[in-house]
Amino acid sequence: MIKEESAGPPTVITRPWNNPKVRSIFFQAVLLIVVVSFGMYIFGNTAANLEKQGIATGFRFMGTTAGFGIITHLIEYSEDSSYGRAFAVGLLNTLLVAFTGIIAATIIGVFIGIARLSKNWLISHLAMVYVEIFRNIPLLLQIFFWYFAVLRALPAPKASLNFADGVFVNNRGIYLPSAIYEEGFSLVIWALVIAIIAVLVMTRWAHKRQDATGQQFHTIYYSIGLLIGLPLLALVVTGFPLSWEIPELKGFNFVGGTVIIPEFIALWVSLSIYTASFIAEIVRAGVQAVSHGQTEASNALGLTAGPTLRLVILPQALRVIIPPLSSQYLNLTKNSSLATAIAYPELVSVFTGTILNQTGQAVEIISITMAVYLSISLSISAFMNWYNAKMALVER
Amino acid sequence: MATENQYLPGLHPDLPPPPSEIGVIGWLRHNLLASKTDIFLTIFAIYLIYLLIPPVISWAFFNADLIGNTREACTSGGACWVFINVRIGQFMYGFYPVEERWRIDITFLLLVALMIPMFIDSFRYKAWLGAFILLVFPVIGFYLLAGGSFGLVVVDTPRWGGLSLTLIIAIVGIVASFPIGLMLALGRRSKMPAVSAFCTGFIELWRGVPLITVLFMSSVMFPLFLPDGVNFDKLVRALVGVTLFSAAYMAETVRGGLQAIPRGQYEAAEALGLSYWKYMAFIVLPQALKHVIPGIVGNFIGLFKDTTLVLIIGLFDFLGIVQAASTDPKWLGYSIEGYVFCAFVYWIFCFSMSQYSQSVERKLHTGH
Repeated sequence: MIKEESAGPPTVITRPWNNPKVRSIFFQAVLLIVVVSFGMYIFGNTAANLEKQGIATGFRFMGTTAGFGIITHLIEYSEDSSYGRAFAVGLLNTLLVAFTGIIAATIIGVFIGIARLSKNWLISHLAMVYVEIFRNIPLLLQIFFWYFAVLRALPAPKASLNFADGVFVNNRGIYLPSAIYEEGFSLVIWALVIAIIAVLVMTRWAHKRQDATGQQFHTIYYSIGLLIGLPLLALVVTGFPLSWEIPELKGFNFVGGTVIIPEFIALWVSLSIYTASFIAEIVRAGVQAVSHGQTEASNALGLTAGPTLRLVILPQALRVIIPPLSSQYLNLTKNSSLATAIAYPELVSVFTGTILNQTGQAVEIISITMAVYLSISLSISAFMNWYNAKMALVER
Repeated sequence: MATENQYLPGLHPDLPPPPSEIGVIGWLRHNLLASKTDIFLTIFAIYLIYLLIPPVISWAFFNADLIGNTREACTSGGACWVFINVRIGQFMYGFYPVEERWRIDITFLLLVALMIPMFIDSFRYKAWLGAFILLVFPVIGFYLLAGGSFGLVVVDTPRWGGLSLTLIIAIVGIVASFPIGLMLALGRRSKMPAVSAFCTGFIELWRGVPLITVLFMSSVMFPLFLPDGVNFDKLVRALVGVTLFSAAYMAETVRGGLQAIPRGQYEAAEALGLSYWKYMAFIVLPQALKHVIPGIVGNFIGLFKDTTLVLIIGLFDFLGIVQAASTDPKWLGYSIEGYVFCAFVYWIFCFSMSQYSQSVERKLHTGH
């Protein structure tokens, strides 16, 4: 034994295929070779196929005239606009429905989630029925239902339903009066901006004072007063520089006003209702994750139900809620692509549908579409990560 | 104030709870009428139920028509289930030839029969049966459905459709995506940078894009990827797209299970001298996969609902065929019946699967 030890470390004969480092490099090299050669094979085939079909590769097609109309656009667009412009219109429509959908789904979802936790048996079971029905039916079916069975079944423009003598509902959409801003309206906007800044300043001041002296200041009433009062005052001072253009029935359809097309309504309603059923479950799980001792401790400190929820339960529940909530927001954004089935002109419908059919630039168009969704996904998750980090428990 | 019955302190017999605290009255007081807000909420909820339920029930049952062959049979003003009744064969089997429909029935009955023992706890040959279902059954199923040998007539995939197509896509998608997802999950946790970067990139790419773009890719880009003259069937292309998409989600589910296994298990397995594949196969994966069964069922529910998207690339799945039938001029105006029936079928599948997954979760939740 002693002799062996003094002879230094035993010489270990490792064969190269038993050496973990060599093996690791070998496997990675094999993977790399397989991936690269597969990629080159596909690339070669694609190039040959495209050449045979006479399709030029590259993104030059984005500058050519599109030649088709789009029923709803947030930015200037006509048939003479380029494919690039049509792409931008589609992208903005996607963002519009995703943004409004996220807001509506959050409101409905939080409402249902809290109802699900109600001590009232009927209310909590109604909320449960909502959740179980809507999350177990495919979204596309819900979109079809709202679009074909509900909105398309509304009366024709001539027999429109009229609400408040200016809002018309028919199978071509909802026609709202549109505001016409006259001279001096900018003052009202400025008043609103000033009111928002004042509210922010006031909230900070109230917080600081409460921290220093313990005196509370009810910012909520003053905030509402400021937000409504200041713009109203500006309106009165400038003499109501605002008039409404009411839609009018001319021939077979309405002219003037703002129209919300049924495709948008169907998509927005079904996305909101469907996603809300998932958000409700997330909210419920989040609130239930806060131990009951927190409520009891807060009551023992003398806080009433409102402040208990606002200051004790919700901040802790939010930490559990935010990560799954952000993935629901991502899902909603990705699901907005189902609009292509009812021809709401969003990204997939305009770009991957119409433009792909017209130009045949399959590789470029699908890559761009995927890149757009990837970057939307990554930016939403980056934002939610930032918010999550801000809300996270600061541990000592 | 002395009464006749005097009890020594602590010896008073237990009194029954007051009648207002127990039974139906107690339940009502606690669950529906606890406070003023509660009373208001209860009235609101009852009003809501009154608004929703009676019209729906009378539409779906009391005023509905079930018997007949044409739309003229629908006279009661309620739901016209005649439409569903007449089209039910098409909704289930698509355009599959009527005289060959038994082949679909046999395939699914065989699958159900094979699956039943898997849910019986005392059945001992689960591994062999599982291997049979995964390896041999698909071959049998393919020959039964597609035909072309053993004296069966060839039925081309464009004639497949309806609920059977939906089930085929969902089942093939989930079964095929499982091994790929497993490999991706292991790869993402690998210590080799190239492997983990490749797997992470693959997973995040598919998870970041909507399924519909994947389906578009499979229908317009896959043909370009293949050498000239080689062409895949549209259904196969859709299946490849669905499988790759679902594999990315499966990988994340499995990765969650792998992360939940305590480090000590890995270290103990390594200390025993097991190689990577051995300790994964015998120590880590059996524990990890048990934990992710509810997650996998969740993935399956998601995939089952997502199969409706294949109608956008022109396959007639269950929703696709109902949609097509409701635009048939002979039955115009009965789309609500079609959608309600379709929703009901999807709901039954998804709801029962989610109940199953919850029961597994409760069964697995043994600790603490």
